[in-house]
Amino acid sequence: MDITVHPPRHAAASPPARGRSPGARALASLLRDPLALAGIAILAAAVAVAALAGLIFPGDPLDMAGIPLQWPGEDPAHPLGTDSLGRDVLGGLVHGARASLAVGLVAASISLAIGLVIGALGGYFGGVVDDLLMRLTELFQTIPTFLLIVVLVAINTPTLGMIQLAIGLASWPEIARLVRAEFRVLRDSEFVLAARAAGFGPAHIILREVLPNALPPLVVTTSILIASAILTESGLAFLGMSDPNVVSWGGMIGANREHIGSAWFLTALPGCAIAIVVLAFNLLGDSLNDALNPRLQRRSA
Amino acid sequence: MDAATSRFRPPLRRTLLQALPTIVGILVLNFVLLQAVPGDAVDVIAGESGGATLESMAAMRDQLGLSGSLPQRLFTHLGDLSRFDLGMSPRFGVPVSELILGRLPATLFLVTSGLLLAIATGVLLGTAMAAWAGRLPDRLLSLVNLLLYSTPGFWIGLMLILVFSVRLDWLPANGNATIGVDLSGLAWLGDRLRHAVLPIVTLATFFVAVYARLTRAAMLEIVQQDFVRTARAKGLSQGRIVFRHVLRNALMPVTTVAGLHFAALFGGAAVTETVFGWPGLGRLTLEAVMGRDFTLLLGILLLSSLLVVLVNVLVDLLQLYLDPRIQTR
Repeated sequence: MDITVHPPRHAAASPPARGRSPGARALASLLRDPLALAGIAILAAAVAVAALAGLIFPGDPLDMAGIPLQWPGEDPAHPLGTDSLGRDVLGGLVHGARASLAVGLVAASISLAIGLVIGALGGYFGGVVDDLLMRLTELFQTIPTFLLIVVLVAINTPTLGMIQLAIGLASWPEIARLVRAEFRVLRDSEFVLAARAAGFGPAHIILREVLPNALPPLVVTTSILIASAILTESGLAFLGMSDPNVVSWGGMIGANREHIGSAWFLTALPGCAIAIVVLAFNLLGDSLNDALNPRLQRRSA
Repeated sequence: MDAATSRFRPPLRRTLLQALPTIVGILVLNFVLLQAVPGDAVDVIAGESGGATLESMAAMRDQLGLSGSLPQRLFTHLGDLSRFDLGMSPRFGVPVSELILGRLPATLFLVTSGLLLAIATGVLLGTAMAAWAGRLPDRLLSLVNLLLYSTPGFWIGLMLILVFSVRLDWLPANGNATIGVDLSGLAWLGDRLRHAVLPIVTLATFFVAVYARLTRAAMLEIVQQDFVRTARAKGLSQGRIVFRHVLRNALMPVTTVAGLHFAALFGGAAVTETVFGWPGLGRLTLEAVMGRDFTLLLGILLLSSLLVVLVNVLVDLLQLYLDPRIQTR
């Protein structure tokens, strides 16, 4: 669903700057970028909140905690108010960070694994293997992703694991295409020919020679893939297709949308939480793209 | 005229041939998913009628072509599809094809208008960003853009309802027409349009961000090419260079992606339609999920996928029109 434009990188052609490795140079430029730092800070905070949710708000966030529909600031015990069932909104937001991050990270990992295997095999071997795998990729790009995810979750039970699997299974084509394109360029490069001449097999060449060189655009796309998985999960939860035992930001919006006229904060706050976390991943993705792209760096210099 | 149409014929055949394996794949995947559904139509019918003997259920399975080996069932399934028979919806008691065709126009209207609005706004924004590349307006617009890109569409829809329907009471927030009034002519059209504004804007937001990014990147890439320098050397005005030379070429990736996005828009429509009570395919999807009506659910998935194939063929032809060089590729 997300489109990033990666101009071709010519890592071999760009001279190493002051003897530092490309990775260190990229990290240094990332740490100079205020937007990247903002993204990293938000994500660090979100991870901390998700990890400490049980300590900050012990007990089940789905339990009734006070009088229903209190506005933020009305009762010091519930700083962000309570929803129509008397659940603490701040508690829900804190625990909801867990579901969002868990779905984003796991679903993106599944997509990454499938896309890597399919893209690497197709791009490296070419020929019939590539043709077949590209047909499969095209097929999955044609089917409306969100509908496929809805069908997968509806056929099975809506557990957190199932949602992660469904999003992962439906979102790999972009990774596969990217990996394939990188591998097609890199498989004919001199260092691969050298490895082949040295007698290394395809497994060694794919994993140890080509893959590390194909990593930079993958890192960028993965970051955006996580963002998109979190958005998809929030949409599913909004439609009521989420694990009933897990608090989720999208689910909080869906459950309280009929109160939008009287208590709009119930809809507004979880939405802001989603947007902030997704924005952080997208900021990071953008900054990584700039940092890992030597051509862009030279242009701005 | 003749030369113009003959230019399109061989590529048309090629695109259609390329679409064939995808269509076969869609049919097979649809069948596999149908097999994965817990219980079959007979279980549903038996459940609805309140009970049935094992014998009568077996007889019903024979009748509906649900017994037999997997290849046999696949064959029956494909035979049904070739007659556009997607089965009966156990939930609504109506043929699935009828239900889908009844809801399709509302969704197509929403998706097409949303896409057009997104392309128009996105290309405009992207052009502005490229023109000011690296300077303050570009940075601000990029940030706004990224924010749009990161916000769930359904939430934007709800906030629009809060502002324009609940607070200001300017626009309706539910359905695609006022219920219970008999309007005609301009009043009818006006009523329809007023209902359509918020859903279309909601659906478009995410894609505005996508097209703006894409247009900006494509234009910055093209500006550096030789033909632009030539155009500048010829003394063409800045506006003419931007719109006639750069933008036209930048539209290539935008159209490619727009074709791909049609699939994503269908998904987005499901959520948007739920927010606005829009009587389209997306809401039908949700009704199918809630009623555990898998015949209907898979029928929707199948038909939307085939529609995406069709749109991709049309996009290929559009690209041929935009860039005649593709023919030789």
